[in-house]
Amino acid sequence: MAERRINNPLRNNIEGVFLLQVFFSMEGKELWARLKGELDMHSADELRRELEASLDHARPEVLLLDMEGVSFIDSSGLGVILGRYRRLKKQGGRMVICRPKPQVLRLLQLSGLDKIMTIEANGPQNNPGGIG
Amino acid sequence: MADQVIRENSMTLEFLSLPENVGLARVAVATFAAQVDITLNEMEEIKVAVSEAVSNAIIHGYDGEPRGKVRVTAERDSSGLTITVTDWGRGIADIAQAMQPAFSTDQERMGLGFAFMQSFMDGLEVTSEPDQGTQVRMFKKYKGERPGN
Ligand SMILES: Nc1ncnc2c1ncn2[C@@H]1O[C@H](COP(=O)(O)OP(=O)(O)OP(=O)(O)O)[C@@H](O)[C@H]1O
Ligand SMILES: [Mg+2]
Repeated sequence: MAERRINNPLRNNIEGVFLLQVFFSMEGKELWARLKGELDMHSADELRRELEASLDHARPEVLLLDMEGVSFIDSSGLGVILGRYRRLKKQGGRMVICRPKPQVLRLLQLSGLDKIMTIEANGPQNNPGGIG
Repeated sequence: MADQVIRENSMTLEFLSLPENVGLARVAVATFAAQVDITLNEMEEIKVAVSEAVSNAIIHGYDGEPRGKVRVTAERDSSGLTITVTDWGRGIADIAQAMQPAFSTDQERMGLGFAFMQSFMDGLEVTSEPDQGTQVRMFKKYKGERPGN
């Protein structure tokens, strides 16, 4: 299915400098969210809303967060990920984090999130069926 | 890079407690830090530590509202970089408890901010007084791959 961009970029007051963009697409029972930019308290609130709205709407079995484009994350961003994981788990679904950059992976590990959810270092982006 | 002479320098940034200023503070301090030869990894660590301290000032100090000032200073001498983040918000009653990993007064949060500051910096000191505000002081030693250090 062609990628559909359904959100406005989440942007800072400084146009285009600190920016998180989210691109959603649905493949079967998998909801893909491809993130691009920096994930801090500013973008985290907006991302939480976007993810909740898409989870409500799409009711996926799996949420895949493609984090290749995320250049920064802190505890606020990790909190959003954990919150969505909990929601999905309650509904019998699961969550996969794909292609985190080294600095993002390090925080996922320090926070222990890597122990509770699947992290695909190389990402199944060329093989979406492979992790279903 | 060969041995560098590290010149003392300092900067101060003060802003309203708005979320978009977290990125501003992070980039400003990282740019200041990179005036001397630091590694990319050290730069990432500094960015996370600043982000955590400034986010806390806004989220907890001022309850997420733009009703106060946050001041960030960065000072460099030959031994390293000292970063201070100050707010004049609600303050912390029990600092030791607040600094424990996984402790948060907000159920939606992981309680990892102080833990990240602790593991990414070489020194962390918190002073706070209820209803007076909070000051977080962090120190990063210069090491990197610099010879002669
Ligand atoms: N500047 C501050 N003013 C008032 N309270 C603070 C401040 N900084 C931290 N705290 C208190 O310390 C607790 C722990 O802070 P810490 O950053 O470790 O976790 P958190 O902010 O709750 O969660 P996370 O950082 O993972 O999003 C906070 O929940 C808050 O109660
Ligand atoms: Mg925090």
